[in-house]
Amino acid sequence: MSKEATIDADPNLPVITITREFDAPPERVYRAWAEPELVKRWMGPRSVEMDIATWDCQTGGSYRYNAIQNGEVVAHFFGCFHDAIPGEKLVQTFGFEEMRDAVALEIMTFEPLEGGRTRIVAKSIVESMEAQQGMLASGMEIGINEGYEKLDELLAEGVA
Amino acid sequence: MADQLSRVFQALADETRRDLVARLASGDKTVGDLAEPYEMSLQAVSKHVRVLEDAGLVSRSRDAQKRPVHLEAEVLSLMTKWIERYRREAEERFQRLDAVLAEMADGEHNATGPTTGATTNEGAAS
Repeated sequence: MSKEATIDADPNLPVITITREFDAPPERVYRAWAEPELVKRWMGPRSVEMDIATWDCQTGGSYRYNAIQNGEVVAHFFGCFHDAIPGEKLVQTFGFEEMRDAVALEIMTFEPLEGGRTRIVAKSIVESMEAQQGMLASGMEIGINEGYEKLDELLAEGVA
Repeated sequence: MADQLSRVFQALADETRRDLVARLASGDKTVGDLAEPYEMSLQAVSKHVRVLEDAGLVSRSRDAQKRPVHLEAEVLSLMTKWIERYRREAEERFQRLDAVLAEMADGEHNATGPTTGATTNEGAAS
């Protein structure tokens, strides 16, 4: 059984959909999204630490956190929880101070599966197709470093 | 080959140039079109386009008067790679979430009272 994340970038709409299954019931998966102590343990890239100032996961609540890399604040994220239905649905905005125009609306549904499992469908809706491409391209920074690391390895082995 | 690869990496290491590539994905554009959203001279944008052209990421038609900039087909496969990287990043996060969920389950088995979230109480029963 493969439960790896699948991603669908709509070619005509500025929407990115990620689907993933988890070996835990919806209530528990939801808690991992709703409780800040749990959130900071998995959200955000591996190299980045989340310094959470506010995480009020309820309808009308808001969140704010700084991303810290190598002891330095590299980005300030914030948004609000438009709708929070425990174990079922989470609707929130996602933005960061460094690019005030790059706001996304995120809609997450927690679907119960057989055997106490959950399927998450997370839709990110952005303002334009350009913003959608930009969002996908943001992974490129890491890709570039990986690329160079690979090249370095090849060079070290005397292959290239 | 390595040379071509590093040229592509170098060309895309710049945020403006990544933005240009992203905007060209929706169709050919003139340098003028491309320059519009930036507070940057036409020459500066031209220079960025030249770097992309040298890396083989874009081409410009010789005959048309406005010489629109065209995204090369291989770059679209590069875009697929962007999507794959984005997916992989998400997958990495979710694998950490898997671990958190598994620990939460352990916590629920020997739960004593309301859950406190991150702290897993490995009861040191002596």
